[in-house]
Amino acid sequence: MIVADRKPLSEILDMITDRDKILIMGCKGCVTVCNVGGVKEVQILSSSLKIARKKEGRSLTVDQITIERQCDPEYIEQVKATINDYDAVISMACGVGPQFLSEAYPQQKFFPAVNTKFFGGATSHGIWEERCAGCGTCVIHYFDGLCPVARCSKSLMNGPCGGSSKGYCEISKEVPCIWDMIVKKKMEQGRLDDLLCFTPAKNWRTSRDGGPRKSVREELAI
Amino acid sequence: MNHDFEPQIIAFCCKYCAYAAADLAGSMRLNYPSNIKIIQVPCTGRVDIIHLLRAIEDGADGVYVAGCMEGDCHFVCGNIKTRKKVEYVKKTLSELGIEPERVEMFNLSSAMGPRFAEIANQMGERIRNLGPSPLNIKQAA
Repeated sequence: MIVADRKPLSEILDMITDRDKILIMGCKGCVTVCNVGGVKEVQILSSSLKIARKKEGRSLTVDQITIERQCDPEYIEQVKATINDYDAVISMACGVGPQFLSEAYPQQKFFPAVNTKFFGGATSHGIWEERCAGCGTCVIHYFDGLCPVARCSKSLMNGPCGGSSKGYCEISKEVPCIWDMIVKKKMEQGRLDDLLCFTPAKNWRTSRDGGPRKSVREELAI
Repeated sequence: MNHDFEPQIIAFCCKYCAYAAADLAGSMRLNYPSNIKIIQVPCTGRVDIIHLLRAIEDGADGVYVAGCMEGDCHFVCGNIKTRKKVEYVKKTLSELGIEPERVEMFNLSSAMGPRFAEIANQMGERIRNLGPSPLNIKQAA
């Protein structure tokens, strides 16, 4: 899923400082699963903003809605009748949400309430870790299910580097060296020889280096 | 300290401990402030961040959650989970420039009637010292 963190309240309050009637829009997709932009979090943000405004002695009208997904035009269309009734809209979806909304409703001002961080999963309750960098050419199978693109600080295809120490990366004692894990797993499985094959430099054109990407599925396109 | 100020305090009390302790405090004829409004919950784990925030939003000067002793929760870890929610709300209030001490978590057992009264008095005193919630001051002005 896409993992995000909510922005600090002060930043969100600055965004709406001169607005008195706002809509907070949640998303039932990834941000609900990572507990940052679903129904519950929309309620919490709404209450926090109202508390802040009451403290200032100013009123703030907040409406809430959480749609199925903010990355699909058919769901975004659901707010068509009311979207321009507000001074501003705060989107609690990933970075895709406010953009789709802005494209659909150019008259309205949309603010992002979350910082979109990475593609990952929950390693335990309340902890999410990055697992995919969306590089566009998956190589996980060469490394026994461990992705060096997303999980090596340098995205090395032939590791580990000299910064690997006692199983951890030089950037932090809390970041495991994925190449250390790859080597250990290959040894456990008796397939260390796999790593003798030199992996050529990765073609990053399928990643962000190739510019904004697009996926076209002819069988689905209308 | 404003002696005329009578704080409005909301107490979310677990039915297995704090609520029963409140009953016991009553049976023991112990005094505690009458402005503490008790809400019985089946477990403090039922109390969510939004309940605490809404209490503050709607004008409570203080809010606290009273649950079982750690390790004694009827539902295993409801009280531990809610302690974290209380911490989150404290952090939120700090971010908004409101005293985090207005929200608190307490642990006690159903046999602790005197402790219930002590907590209620302690919280009443704390909020009286802090004064009215900034939300209420602005509204009154």
